[in-house]
Amino acid sequence: MTITEKNHDSSDRKIKIITGNHAAAHALRQARVGVIAAYPITPQSPVVEKIAEFVSKGELEARFVKVESEHSALAVCCAASATGSRVGTATSSHGLMLMYEMLPWASGNRLPIIINLATRATGAPWSVWTDHQDFITIRDVGWIQMFCMDNQEIYDTNLQAFKIAEDSRVFLPSIVAYDGYILSHTMMPVSIENQEDIDNFLPPLHHHYNLSDVSVVKGIDPVTTPHLRDRGSEGRAPGYFEYRYAMQKALENSIEIIMEVHDEFSEKFGRSYGNGIYKTYLTKDADIVIFAMGSVASQARNVISQLRKEGLKVGLVSLKLFRPFPVTLLRELFKETKIVVVFDRDIGYGYEGVLSYELKAALYGLKQAPFIKGFIVGLGGRDVTDQHIAKGVSKAIIESEKGKISHETDFIGLKLGDLADYDEEDYFKGG
Amino acid sequence: MVKLMEIPEEEYIFPGTRACAGCSMALIYRIALKAMGPKTIITVPASCLTVLHGMQGFCTTKVSVLHTPFATTGASASGIVASLEDKGLADEVNVLAFAGDGGTVDIGIQSLSGAVERGTNFIYACYDNEAYMNTGVQRSGSTPHGAYTTTTPNGKTGYKKNMAKILEAHGIPYVATAISSYPLDLYEKFKNAQKIQGPKYIHILAPCPPGWGYNPKDSIEIGRLAVQTGFWPLYEVIEGKFILSKDSQRFIDPNKRKPIIEYLNVQKRFKDISNEDIEQYKSYIEAQWKEIERRIENE
Repeated sequence: MTITEKNHDSSDRKIKIITGNHAAAHALRQARVGVIAAYPITPQSPVVEKIAEFVSKGELEARFVKVESEHSALAVCCAASATGSRVGTATSSHGLMLMYEMLPWASGNRLPIIINLATRATGAPWSVWTDHQDFITIRDVGWIQMFCMDNQEIYDTNLQAFKIAEDSRVFLPSIVAYDGYILSHTMMPVSIENQEDIDNFLPPLHHHYNLSDVSVVKGIDPVTTPHLRDRGSEGRAPGYFEYRYAMQKALENSIEIIMEVHDEFSEKFGRSYGNGIYKTYLTKDADIVIFAMGSVASQARNVISQLRKEGLKVGLVSLKLFRPFPVTLLRELFKETKIVVVFDRDIGYGYEGVLSYELKAALYGLKQAPFIKGFIVGLGGRDVTDQHIAKGVSKAIIESEKGKISHETDFIGLKLGDLADYDEEDYFKGG
Repeated sequence: MVKLMEIPEEEYIFPGTRACAGCSMALIYRIALKAMGPKTIITVPASCLTVLHGMQGFCTTKVSVLHTPFATTGASASGIVASLEDKGLADEVNVLAFAGDGGTVDIGIQSLSGAVERGTNFIYACYDNEAYMNTGVQRSGSTPHGAYTTTTPNGKTGYKKNMAKILEAHGIPYVATAISSYPLDLYEKFKNAQKIQGPKYIHILAPCPPGWGYNPKDSIEIGRLAVQTGFWPLYEVIEGKFILSKDSQRFIDPNKRKPIIEYLNVQKRFKDISNEDIEQYKSYIEAQWKEIERRIENE
């Protein structure tokens, strides 16, 4: 986060020391959501609890539908959005996966719903600690996906997310993610803005759907054919293919609007997050750039000054916008970089870390494409340490010097050696 | 009871739907929408009704319809109701969920249970054609014992879930059974449900010519047999009070009931049913009516 106070009258706002979950809840309150539907799951539950408190105290005039599952949570959100209300929810891990069926339903209907995701590893086996697998797993459902690195960013990104999602050039749902426990349960100072300023920034929703107006008859989501439908004198109706084309175009075009909204927000409230797409740290003269999201990027930022003392020109790019993947911007950003070290807190199982292979694909065909080396770190909440990041950087340098392009997934932070006495030793060494 | 002339002439379904010939669901839907009137929002999961609604580019009804994935009917209705409440329109607009038996008793039971448990103010209508007819006649939790479906080639071994009872157990203010063959009773039940605040559930048996195996012209007759044999009693439970509907009242007398075989024999899905199974049907019907008698006496 960069703070520029010049345009901001700081007398209006309150600084609260709150968790990431409560930052999300405050943002939903101040966005004046009309309907919330949520189900408890660790580590997101405090969002639900806080919202219940806001509603019961009359601080938020919303209908809070306390559903019996996350699948229903998102189904309620979809229906309420189609009826014309501003809606939001929050979840984690299995909750998000239970929502899966409804995710492309929301985007296919172009419903501007916001999900807050306190990231958590996916079972089996059970884990309640963070990694980014839940966030990554939904990458193909047509949602805008953003990742946050501190509690203020959670609050700010939520408010921006509604504005982006509800923009008539976009009309897409959006997910705002932050690391479970690392941010969800950690208290930080968060500037809670004046309601009037928020209202000016985020005017009421003007939806393309409004079932509540019974004078307009709509049949939403009938079976849609592979071909266009002839409507006689009224021309033709689109087929499924055209709907999905429009969705992809809206996603691609949203990058510009995401930057626009980010800039407007930072002008108004004095806080910015890089260009709204990613944040750079000491990248100007860097030969080596670390590429990561959320908690991993935060950890990497910690190591850079130490690596620079050792004479390595290292910088950091923290990716904020994961979908749509900002290909054009990244190609420009990395066009002169020698080495990119990617740390994934996720795996594209059967392939490698997802950020790593997405970046490789994004930079395909660059004249001087950087050497890209990916590592898997911190699955299921395993600590990602300064040493892990430093080790990755030095290994990437060595492999780059040798020109060694490995297609084997590389892990840092595994403790297989300490498992020597474990009964299933062979199992953990790959059979 | 309501008189035929009191049913509005206004139609809410445009002519030329894609429903099968003799589809009783189409009739149920037609009557239900007449009762609901123009200020209604409908939500529908994957089902034969999705087929009736036709393809993109046209709206088959004169009121808005929100299609929703299979498991979500109750939740979808909850979302519409919550939004209407958010907009202060809850008293002006009716919310009607309309789902088949698979979407209700199987995949949709959780979200329906959740919606009624939360006290959502809506009507949930299940049209029960006793199998997954839209996907080509596979057994559901609502398929009756012994019935042939494509996934029960030797007849269903389990029993039909009593969904009306399951909903009644939720303690909701209105539960009713109905059938397409008694349209005035059906109309009246939708009207009665509308007068009540909170969750309302109407379970409507819907004879299905291709799924049950009979001539489309016999849909009304088969439905009447379901009632006349005592297999499908028509009733309401209003605020816990059991009311046997007029069209079923005389069948409280076992001598007035037609033999169940008359109902089973006219449907191809029961053509291989064993004598043992027929005996089971007889005792099922007997027990069902004993319970009804008990409930009426207790009132």
